[in-house]
Amino acid sequence: MTDILLMILSTIGSLAILIASIGVLRMPDFYLRLSVTVKASTLGVGLLLICAAIAFPDVSVTTKAIAIIFFLVLTAPIAAHMIGRVAYRTGVLRWKDTYIDKEDNELLNNDHQDSQNDKP
Amino acid sequence: MTLTEHFNYVVFPILTLAVCFALIRLLRGPDIVDRVIALDLVITIGIAAITAFSIISFQALFLDVAMILALIAFLGTIAFSYYIHKKNNND
Repeated sequence: MTDILLMILSTIGSLAILIASIGVLRMPDFYLRLSVTVKASTLGVGLLLICAAIAFPDVSVTTKAIAIIFFLVLTAPIAAHMIGRVAYRTGVLRWKDTYIDKEDNELLNNDHQDSQNDKP
Repeated sequence: MTLTEHFNYVVFPILTLAVCFALIRLLRGPDIVDRVIALDLVITIGIAAITAFSIISFQALFLDVAMILALIAFLGTIAFSYYIHKKNNND
């Protein structure tokens, strides 16, 4: 019973990592590649670490696996945010079909100005 | 089909295919940030492979290596983004 659960979880986890890798190979743009790879690879590694926590009947291994999952979930978005911000600042090109909502941007700017005018 | 056979014939070939795709992007990447995220993905697949190998070899000690590798991947990405930003400001 435990073996079947481990097989299902490890297969789903490795398929999530394969989807992340196909995304990083096939996506047309840096920002889309970043958006695909961080989430799917974190999900896959998390599922494989849950497999390790189930496979070993030991409290220390479970604690270690939970610590690694917590660390990955905490640090992967920070690293993705840093590298995405640096890519935007250094002018990495967007995909030609990327749609930018101008009206929403103006709305955000107006809200920002209104809040600044309200402050004093 | 035992657990070891399942890991040997299903999980490890999928992870090998994934690391091959990430290495193709690492070689082809048109910009340096593409290479950085491809390297990050390679290290993440390495963490997954170490975890799978620790399951099939019944050695829980290998999870320490996975933890250190996760730390190094985070610090590497942060250092790459810091130095790319600094180089762009100096130009």
